[in-house]
Parts: sequence; C-alpha cells; structure tokens
Amino acid sequence: MNLPGAAPAIELTGATKRFRTPSGTLHTAVRDLDLTVAPSEFVAVVGPTGCGKSTTLTLVSGLEEPTEGEVRVYGEHVAGINPNVGFVFQQDAVFPWRTVLSNVTAGPRFRGVPAAEAREKARDWLARVGLAAFEDRYPHQLSGGMRKRVALAQTFVNDPRILLMDEPFSALDVQTRALMSDQLLDLWAGTGSSVVFVTHDLDEAIALADRVVVMTAGPATVKEIFTVDLPRPRTVEAVRLEPRFVELYREIWASLGEEVRITRERGAGHAA
Amino acid sequence: MPLETAPAPTPATVTRTEVRERAARNRRLRVLGARAGVLVAFLGLWEICARQKIIDPFNFSQPSRIWDQIWQWTTHGTAQGSLGEQIGYTLYEALTGWVLGVVGGVLLGIALGRIRFLADVFGPYIKVLNAIPRIVLAPIFLIWFGLGPASKVASAVVLVFFPVFFNAFQGAREVDRNLVANARILGAGNRKVTLQVVIPAATSWIFTSLHVSFGFALIGAIVGEYIGATKGLGLMVAAAQGTFNAAGVYAAMTILAVVALLTEGLLTFAEKRLFRWKPADSGDGR
Ligand SMILES: Nc1ncnc2c1ncn2[C@@H]1O[C@H](COP(=O)(O)OP(=O)(O)O)[C@@H](O)[C@H]1O
Ligand SMILES: [Mg+2]
Repeated sequence: MNLPGAAPAIELTGATKRFRTPSGTLHTAVRDLDLTVAPSEFVAVVGPTGCGKSTTLTLVSGLEEPTEGEVRVYGEHVAGINPNVGFVFQQDAVFPWRTVLSNVTAGPRFRGVPAAEAREKARDWLARVGLAAFEDRYPHQLSGGMRKRVALAQTFVNDPRILLMDEPFSALDVQTRALMSDQLLDLWAGTGSSVVFVTHDLDEAIALADRVVVMTAGPATVKEIFTVDLPRPRTVEAVRLEPRFVELYREIWASLGEEVRITRERGAGHAA
Repeated sequence: MPLETAPAPTPATVTRTEVRERAARNRRLRVLGARAGVLVAFLGLWEICARQKIIDPFNFSQPSRIWDQIWQWTTHGTAQGSLGEQIGYTLYEALTGWVLGVVGGVLLGIALGRIRFLADVFGPYIKVLNAIPRIVLAPIFLIWFGLGPASKVASAVVLVFFPVFFNAFQGAREVDRNLVANARILGAGNRKVTLQVVIPAATSWIFTSLHVSFGFALIGAIVGEYIGATKGLGLMVAAAQGTFNAAGVYAAMTILAVVALLTEGLLTFAEKRLFRWKPADSGDGR
C-alpha cells in the first residue's frame, strides 16, 4: 500500500495517552500505539467501547497531545490543529444557532475565505449531500440523518486531506446508516483523502474500508489488522452478500469478540 | 413550514380539528375569565372591607382611593412634576444601570469563563463582593454621587452586575466541548471560538439573567430614589409616606408594577426574535 519514499498520510509511533482522572490518578486511554495510514487509504477502526478509539482520533487531529510517542501527518510532527484534517464527531457538533448554509460556510469563513466564495463552495457541497433545498433551516428543524449530512458537508467543504470520523452514523437508524455509508463512499471517491473511520459496526467497517484495524480492550493498542480485498466501487447492501465479506466478517469478529469479552468481564468488576 | 400543504380536508378531519380548536379556545377563555374574576373579587373585597371599616382605610387604603390618586396624578401632575416625567426618570435610571450592569457582567463573565488565569485571580474577590448585601450600598452611593440620577444608576448597576456575571460565566464554562472542538478543527482561532461559539452558546444563559436583572435595576433605582432624590417614582413613594398618604404609596406601587410588566413583555419579545434557532419549547401537538 505504502509507496516507498512517500510519507504516509498518518503515522502513529508508540503513541500513549494518559488522562488525569478527577480523583487524581492517571488513566491510560491509549498505550504504545503504532499505526500507519497511506494516502487515499480508507481505514476502519473497531474495538470495544471505551477502549480509546476516540482518543486516538483526537491525537491525530491535534486536539490532544500524546503523553508519549510521536504523531505525524504527511511526515510533519503534529503540534496543534492541522488545517489538512477534517473531523466528523460522534455527537452532533453542528452549530445550532447557524442555518444549514451558515454551518457549511463556517469552516471557509474561519479560514479567511471571502463570504461570496465560501457561500458558493458551501452550496456546492450542500447540493452534493442533497440538502440544497434546506439551506435556510436551523439544525433543530432537520432529522438526525440530515444533520449528519450537514456535518459531512461542513467537513468536506474544507477539502481535508485527512478525514477522521468518530462513529459518525451510530445515532442513525439502520436504513439511513446504509444510505449515509454509500453517500460517504461517493463523496470520498472524488477527493483522494485518507480516512480513519471509527465504528462499532463490523458490517460498516468491512463494507467501507481498505483495512480494518482491531483494537485491544483499553488501554487501546493495535491488536490485528485485516486487509479487505473486496473490489471497489462498492455499495453497502450489495457487498454484504458476497462470500468473501462473510468470511472476513467471521475472521475479524473472532479477533474483536475476544476483546469485547475481556472488556465486558472487566466491566462487571468496576464501572466500564 | 413552506413544505406543509394541508391535505384535501375530508369532512371528518375538518370537524375533528374544529372541535379541538373550539375546545382550546374555550379553555383559554375560561382561564382568562377566572383570572379576571380573582382580581375583581380581591379588589371588591378590599373595597368593601375598607368601607365597612373592617380594615382601617387610613393604613390599608382602598382601591377607589388608589384609583383617584392615579387619576389625579395623571391629570394634575405630582408635587415633583408630571407623572410621565417621574416614570421617565425612574426608567432612565433603571435602564442606564441595567445596560451598564449587563455589559459589564457579560464582558467580565465571558472573559473569566474563557481565561482560566483571570478566573483564578479574580474569583475570590468576586465572591467577597457578591457576599455584601448590595442594597445597603445605596446610601453610600448617595453620599458619593449626590441626589441626581448617578447614585441611582450606581445602585442599579451593582444589583444587575452579579446575576448577569454569574450566568455569563457559567454559560461560557458550560459550552458544549464538541462545538468548541468542531470550531477549532474547522479553523477557528481563540478569538473566533469566543465570539462565534462561546458567546452564542452562552446567550440563553445570559438571557435568563436579563429578565431577573431588569427587575433588580428597577429596585436599585427605586430604592435610590426613596433614600434621596429630586424626581422619580421612588421619591413619590417616599413623599406619599411622609404625608401618611397610603393611597399614594399604593398608587406609585401600582404604576411601578405596570412599568415592570411592560418592560418584561418587551424583553420576551426581543428574546423570541433572537432565539429563532431554538426549537419552540411549546411544541403544539407534533
Ligand atoms: N478527557 C478525558 N479525561 C479523562 N479520561 C478520558 C478522557 N477522554 C477519554 N477518557 C477515558 O479514556 C478511555 C477511552 O475513551 P475513548 O477514547 O472515548 O473510548 P472509545 O472512543 O473507544 O469508546 C475511557 O475510559 C475514557 O473514560
Ligand atoms: Mg468514542
């Protein structure tokens, strides 16, 4: 995957993140994590709840700094927010006091793009996610799926070379989720950006990704990486029926299930 | 809203919605009627008790006398000048104090809410100042700033500042961390995060305090006037009290209440305009 000589899009080496808990003790969320993502590669990350997947994304985005180890994006040491990075959050993070259009223009405006140009780009992306008719609405007037599409447009309008997605569709119903996945693949196909997509849905991970990374029970580190050798372009509903898909599902689940069980058993002892 | 065209009404749905609408209207009328009834009963009882000397009309006055007093002030003016002028004075002092207190409270609240260092340095002082019963500062302001409006404005400011400050501070502290993270990823620096995320997110907190604090501003102005002034509703209360004119005290209080209610209504109107982005909390049967 990785061209020799070219810098990988994302490179985590020995990344460790510890948080100070309210009681003053140190809690290790991510431990000694090594992961490389090639340019234009789609990587899905699966792991038990609370193992440290979101934390890993915040390290790559520059929102948090690793306690130990090194994070590089296109060969550059990550210090602070990198303008090449886009982030779609798990919870709703669109601005409720801005209209749909204004939410999508926010990024370019923050970056100093003139208003007219920002609006033009935003309208283009709103059309691509199918929300052109809703630009004057406020987020509370939209369905959950539409709000997620606003978030996608808001992120894509900045042309990120790296796209971090933290369980972006987990709050949506199953049908909407499949539609959103297909739409995401469409949007991504044109951009050539690298994607790290965190999910708890193994179906979604295999259907979308080039590689699926399985994380250990917390503190997270990479347990195993599976290459998804299914041809593209894919559609979620169709790819799910292929024998190779089922085979991969079984393999990955065998690896992931063990970690989920460890987490669950631990949770019985003290609060997860 | 523009997408919702009503489906072709069938007779059954028409009558059912009509029935429901009529029921709602009837309920509203009943509530309004009962409200008016309570007021009339209260005033009537008061009037009768005073006339029958069950309560002493010299101390407790009676609605008809209060009304006469208001009417006399309206038509012939008060001892200090026309009634409108007195109301204008009090409103001017209250509004000036309110604006100054709100601006100061919001600015400091947001600044301390955003900048940890400032919060750590000033936090204890603000707590100490807040512990002082601020209404007792009114006589001190009278000594400092004299009989004119300045001393009343100062009383209003100290009463308004603290609730607004604490709400703005809390609002700035409790901003959804996801929104801040999203704005930073999208490219906002510290200044833009404050102006375009923290302040809008804190406005609902701040507005809650604006309602209460306008009442406080009026209290500050009135108490200031009551202690010493040349004009204003508070002075009218003091003057009426000085001549044992109970009806005058009640009449001034009534005028004050009306003024306070009207300004409250204006504030609610402004709030509705400002918070169009919020889901209406009274979802009408959706
Ligand atoms: N800011 C923080 N302070 C303290 N602990 C945190 C913080 N963020 C995450 N954690 C802890 O780190 C662990 C991993 O969290 P997270 O990365 O959100 O897990 P995941 O996304 O895999 O569900 C959890 O136990 C969580 O409680
Ligand atoms: Mg998470």
